[in-house]
Amino acid sequence: MSEALQSLGEHIAGQQESAVKSWSVEHGELTVEIHDDRIVDMLRFLRDDAACRFTSLIDICGVDYPQRAERFEVVYHLLSMQQNHRIRIKLSVDEDTAVPSVIELFPVANWFEREAFDMYGIAFSGHPDLRRLLTDYGFEGHPLRKDFPLTGFMEVRWDDEEKRVVYEPVELVQEYRDFDFMSPWEGAKYVIPGDEKAEG
Amino acid sequence: MADIETTEESPRNFTINFGPQHPAAHGVLRLVLELDGEVVERVDPHIGLLHRGTEKLLEHKTYLQGIGYFDRLDYVAPMNQEHAFCMAAERLAGITVPKRGQYVRVLYSEIGRILSHLLNVTTQAMDVGALTPPLWGFEEREKLMVFYERASGSRMHAHYFRPGGVHQDLPPELIQDIRAWCDSFPAALNDIDDLLTENRIFKQRNADIGVVSKEEALEWGFSGVMVRGSGMAWDLRRSQPYEVYDELEFNIPLGKNGDCYDRYLCRMEEMRESVKIMIQCCDWLMKPENQGEVLATDSKFSPPRRAEMKQSMEALIQHFKLYTEGVHVDAGEVYAAVEAPKGEFGVYLVADGSNKPYRVKIRAPGFAHLAAMDHLNRGHMLADVSAILGSLDIVFGEIDR
Repeated sequence: MSEALQSLGEHIAGQQESAVKSWSVEHGELTVEIHDDRIVDMLRFLRDDAACRFTSLIDICGVDYPQRAERFEVVYHLLSMQQNHRIRIKLSVDEDTAVPSVIELFPVANWFEREAFDMYGIAFSGHPDLRRLLTDYGFEGHPLRKDFPLTGFMEVRWDDEEKRVVYEPVELVQEYRDFDFMSPWEGAKYVIPGDEKAEG
Repeated sequence: MADIETTEESPRNFTINFGPQHPAAHGVLRLVLELDGEVVERVDPHIGLLHRGTEKLLEHKTYLQGIGYFDRLDYVAPMNQEHAFCMAAERLAGITVPKRGQYVRVLYSEIGRILSHLLNVTTQAMDVGALTPPLWGFEEREKLMVFYERASGSRMHAHYFRPGGVHQDLPPELIQDIRAWCDSFPAALNDIDDLLTENRIFKQRNADIGVVSKEEALEWGFSGVMVRGSGMAWDLRRSQPYEVYDELEFNIPLGKNGDCYDRYLCRMEEMRESVKIMIQCCDWLMKPENQGEVLATDSKFSPPRRAEMKQSMEALIQHFKLYTEGVHVDAGEVYAAVEAPKGEFGVYLVADGSNKPYRVKIRAPGFAHLAAMDHLNRGHMLADVSAILGSLDIVFGEIDR
């Protein structure tokens, strides 16, 4: 299996030399990193090339790495039902760069790209209808970014006097508890409760 | 004499709201339909009314705690979802599941498949006007959920599959009862079959409706019954076998025309095949030579035995650390997919070496199917919308996540 993927990776890297940054086979899966502006050509090649035949777009998703200069990774998963293999295509962009949309090749990308836009704020150029998909009407922010708090910013409740649902800033009765069970001998970057007494 | 003005109005399109509270919307779907008379011109599904932020929550939970969220995705076949997440974690951590654990997993995955198909087939019948099939189908679902409960303690939100196998072995009586159910179920399925398959109204409402060609199925990222109904022999259990599916005998039923009726027939046939698989699993599990571990004991994911914990301090510490800190999984990324009842359910897991996933992307089959809603419905009549929606097998838990 991985030899077949190895040779497939070589084939793709050879044919699309200018697009491919790097590629690897890990855990029995082929991953190809490409330049962000070459995605449409790349997917068209993968779909039409006789050795590839990646005719189904399985998924598009974003991943956030806030510490990187190009913070977002956009990950495409493709499947070939004819050749029975899978591939993962990755590219990275910063917050301001738009990724070319692949709707013309795979219409299903419409919703996947809308979701990535909704969750991470990644823009897709050439998308006909880049609206929010999963979040509430009028929602602000991009919830899957690492700097978006788990508790969110707004909460809703039914107001009995106004007879409607009202939006208010989140008010927690109790501080959100994110337990850190990391071993204090490895990793904890804070003073362990009780230790401050030893100092003074 | 003044001209008589003609008051003929220019034809005007109607926009109507379907849902979010509509019995045929299968949950909380809001469809904005643009109609020309009774013909659908455009469909704009508004989803996300059940969005709970599962992917965000998973980034804040340890791997063991995260499993529970997968039960709540496609809540009519909970264990199939857990399966994909456990497989992803296993692949990253390099764990092999003991044979008996694999058989138990397959057995419960097939129970999940029947649970889901029973719900879909019967509620689709309800969408087109038949009320009896759901009542008959839910009786069988009830029995299956009792099997869930007897294995895991919970009828639906099982949290039963764990990285490395399943949490507890099945008691022999339970396996016998499942085996006995496998003998009685085909008769119940035949009853539903008699009600629907040759039913004139059911046929009229489903045949030639929502036809999906092979090319369309590929373009729109379909999987599961949605491609098999169009005559493509694609089933992950067969083409990319996981667990022990390559040792079991079963057929992959295919449709011919790719319409709603063929997809219904595929689901009916798949249930019969699932029963076959369950029988093989039960027989294998009951053999005395096949008793043994169901959870990989050599992995950090498996808790120490109770008896050991009474004697050994190390076992006690391991137990405590497992359920508080959790297991650290090596950095890496992996995509694991299973053939869930609704299609390919995949989990893309990015780990950064800590005890929590860095990113989990859940690839729900229904999401891609619903994305094609506009494409499938154009030119159909308003009444066909609910028939097509029914045959897509939509469950909002997994689409909204």
